[in-house]
Amino acid sequence: MVAKRIIPCLDVKDGQTVKGIRFQGLRSVGDAVELGAKYAADGADELVYLDISASQEGRRTFTALVSAISARIDIPFTVGGGIGSLADAARLLEAGADKVSVNSAALRDPSLIDAIASHFGSQFVVVAIDAKTVDGRWMATTHGGSRPTDRELFEWAKEAQERGAGEILFTSMDHDGTKKGYPCETFARLCDSLSIPVIASGGAGSAEDIAAVLTDGKADAALAASIFHYGETTIRQLKDDLASRGIPVRILPQYGNA
Amino acid sequence: MIAVVDYEAGNVRSVLNALQRCGAGETVLTADPAVLRAADKVILPGVGDASVAVASLRTAGLDALIRSLSQPVLGICVGMQILCRHTEEGDAEGLGIFRTDVRRFRRTDPSLKIPHMGWNILTHRQSPLFEGFPEDPFVYYVHSYYADICPDTVARTVHGVPFSAALRRDNFYGTQFHPEKSGPAGARILRNFLAL
Repeated sequence: MVAKRIIPCLDVKDGQTVKGIRFQGLRSVGDAVELGAKYAADGADELVYLDISASQEGRRTFTALVSAISARIDIPFTVGGGIGSLADAARLLEAGADKVSVNSAALRDPSLIDAIASHFGSQFVVVAIDAKTVDGRWMATTHGGSRPTDRELFEWAKEAQERGAGEILFTSMDHDGTKKGYPCETFARLCDSLSIPVIASGGAGSAEDIAAVLTDGKADAALAASIFHYGETTIRQLKDDLASRGIPVRILPQYGNA
Repeated sequence: MIAVVDYEAGNVRSVLNALQRCGAGETVLTADPAVLRAADKVILPGVGDASVAVASLRTAGLDALIRSLSQPVLGICVGMQILCRHTEEGDAEGLGIFRTDVRRFRRTDPSLKIPHMGWNILTHRQSPLFEGFPEDPFVYYVHSYYADICPDTVARTVHGVPFSAALRRDNFYGTQFHPEKSGPAGARILRNFLAL
């Protein structure tokens, strides 16, 4: 049985990782390659690096960083942030990324998903959806949740799957950064409606929250940042906790360096 | 010298990086038949569509060459699939080294996700590639097609159905999973291949 994945997310600006509460008031927490290597050694199943640089210079720094991550890290990693074209995706593939996540650009031009999937395979395309409730309906948003679109979460996720997305990364902007847990009923409905894996993001405050989204929420993976970056729990502690609840996770044994 | 076959079938960077981390020494990315023949080991990577990959290999004139190699050859993921007889993906003929066919996962259960993506357990291990594991290790997969169990199967994984996680026939080895992305377990498997 495929294990449920635990994925730390590292927001990167100018080569340094940062994490903000609801994307505001960013705090720097460290070197992106070293932090990723630390998480990998502690049992992370994948890593996600999100480029939040706004400038061209920041983008160039990020591409160089992706090469450095690829050289060092021996687990899969996804990169996202500002990917607006097939050329952006190709540049990051060339730098060594295993997957790219697309968000706002795919909402503007959904054919971007088809283009990346047909050139590099579905396994290379993660469609990230930041959604929040608007008048009782889950609507996709852009600009860190501040701008709602006219795309409804479930139909947009289904369309993304049909266009060739390999995974959906769903963040509830109602919960992101609050540490109040995930909207598990919404996740369960989303997971039931799709054949591709769903990564749950936004709101993890505890192992209980993550256990809930991986069981009641039926998510295939959980992505979190704050609870790891600020040392509230380690990946190893979290996975031991999940395993004790009967959730299938990959516990990293010690093979030594033989 | 380790040769990684360059036939424009996806991301080879992570394979090259992993070989460096494993201390593989001189490693070249090449489509030159003379270099491939002279290499101590040959690695055939591959991601994306297997029918496209096998067509690229034929276009480069490398299919017959690969079949004729006598040193250890390792096909990874789609690189393994195209060493099989036939794949449902694009209804393409493979190189026919491994005596099995490649099929698409069927969603027999709504909870079964396709692609099979993530970490899963290697069981029934019987190959020098898997020496040094006291327990069945987790390895990283991402694929929608799988090779049936056959006499060349040397490890299994279950995703709805049991499938060939690894294959071996004579000097040819194949892994459906990605050793280059499988953490310390994958590194050990690559080092075992390099030590053959």
